[in-house]
Amino acid sequence: MLFITQTALELGFMYAMVSMALFLSYRVLDIADLTTDGSFVLGAAVSVTLAAAGHPFLALLAALLAGACAGFVTAFLQTKLGVPSILAGIITNTGLYTANLMAMGWKSNASLLKQDTIFTLFKATGIGGDWYELILSGVIALLAAAAMVFFLNTRLGLSIRATGDNRDMVRASSINPNLTVSVGLCVANAFTALAGAVVAQSQKSADINGGTGIVVVGLACLIIGETIVGRGGMTRGMIAVIAGSIIYRFIYAVALKTKIVPIDCLKALTALIVALAIAAPTIKNWVALQRRKGVERRSRNA
Amino acid sequence: MPDKNHPMLELRGVSKTFNPGTPNEKLALDGIDLTLKSGDFATIVGSNGAGKSTLFNAIGGSFLVDSGSVWLDGEDITYEKEYRRSRSIGRLFQDPMRGTAPHMTIEENLTLVYMHASKGGGIFGRVSRKDREMFREKLALLGMGLEDRMKQPVGLLSGGQRQALTLMMATLITPKLLLLDEHTAALDPATAEKVLELTREIVSERSITCLMITHNMHSALVLGNRTLMMDGGRIVLDVADEERESLTVDDLLERFRAGAGKQLDNDRILLS
Repeated sequence: MLFITQTALELGFMYAMVSMALFLSYRVLDIADLTTDGSFVLGAAVSVTLAAAGHPFLALLAALLAGACAGFVTAFLQTKLGVPSILAGIITNTGLYTANLMAMGWKSNASLLKQDTIFTLFKATGIGGDWYELILSGVIALLAAAAMVFFLNTRLGLSIRATGDNRDMVRASSINPNLTVSVGLCVANAFTALAGAVVAQSQKSADINGGTGIVVVGLACLIIGETIVGRGGMTRGMIAVIAGSIIYRFIYAVALKTKIVPIDCLKALTALIVALAIAAPTIKNWVALQRRKGVERRSRNA
Repeated sequence: MPDKNHPMLELRGVSKTFNPGTPNEKLALDGIDLTLKSGDFATIVGSNGAGKSTLFNAIGGSFLVDSGSVWLDGEDITYEKEYRRSRSIGRLFQDPMRGTAPHMTIEENLTLVYMHASKGGGIFGRVSRKDREMFREKLALLGMGLEDRMKQPVGLLSGGQRQALTLMMATLITPKLLLLDEHTAALDPATAEKVLELTREIVSERSITCLMITHNMHSALVLGNRTLMMDGGRIVLDVADEERESLTVDDLLERFRAGAGKQLDNDRILLS
């Protein structure tokens, strides 16, 4: 149990950054950014390659930058070339497959053997004892969340939020919506890539298919978190994604350990959770309508 | 004081056709020439589809005009993008929901607009205590108690409150030109009166150059110093100052008939 909790917390913190990214793109900007899967692997690939070359910290920075570039491509496609936003993400994602292979030296996976990672370096300092991995990933996630909250309250951050909230108002306030969408997607994908980079260093490997479905998992975490913590300001949003991510990983770890749900079915379960959660308002309306009809029918028959 | 004879807004032969070459082709603006002097406050009335809102869209930059040019404060802005024009043009629409971001708080809405208009603090600038104080004072002037609700999302405000807030945001930094497109039409009469009063105060206090579309013939004559009537994409009547002061609503309708060659036809027109 302790082991499950520890794993859930570690992975929860690391993957929370994907949900933070989706909070920015999906919730704040109101764009379903399907670049996510590709940028996660991009972050992982860049991270492992640079860590293998002996630069574990530089690897994180490079992953951030690489993610931002991926986000920029998607943003450019939709703001300047008029590609619909979902398709723009899919196109970039497809192109990233090649970029990711290239980043791993044209191999479908890359591993770190004896090279240092941020985790081994942190372990060497002796802080946290056996819990070093949890502490480091927690610190990174909390720093990322704090940075996100700070950013979203700056002039640029407020402009990005307004773009997703009321585009008419943004244009009337001398803000260029193309710019805010672009910056928003760059930041979001930088966060996703950072998540990929940290996960890859903790697992000491990157895999070309490691990001499949990560966008749906990230959304599931976001929705689980918002159901529990509630929706509101930016700080609450960040607390929600971290909580949601940890809960998701806990469920995942329990399922993995106890085999209540076959592990191969987890993706389907995740997809179901997300579909139902996003469909919830529509389903609620439908149920309310059916009830009303039922009441009317009964009163007519009476 | 700004120079009274300085032209703030100039339209030179502005034309715009929608859906050219299709059965829905419509000449929405037909060679409009219009000059507003600095501090002019002109009201615009006209039939349905006369081109009033299209005129505002042409000035505000929602589309590029087919021919002619638009000048603001001596600068040619004919090809300037909409978001760039809005640095110096404030704009209010009939729909009170259009001017504010509903999920952001009153303070965040104000911060956003203020920092953009004033270019303050750089892109990573944040709201300062001094800004907050200034927002509070300005909100208090609206007399709606909004100064005590600065941390609430704007979506919780009523239409009238949102419109008053939008007006305040549009004039937080004095714009060169203020475009009001029936901005009180969707409000209940009492609130509409209040917002109109606020508009009058703000515009006259700071002598903002202003264009206001209205369907209230009485307001059209009473507010500001000049009245324009539009029909078929043209300005058919333009009266100002002393000439306007002697006009009644009936005179105005008569003059419209003479200018446009038909009755003023607007299903929402208010004669009182």
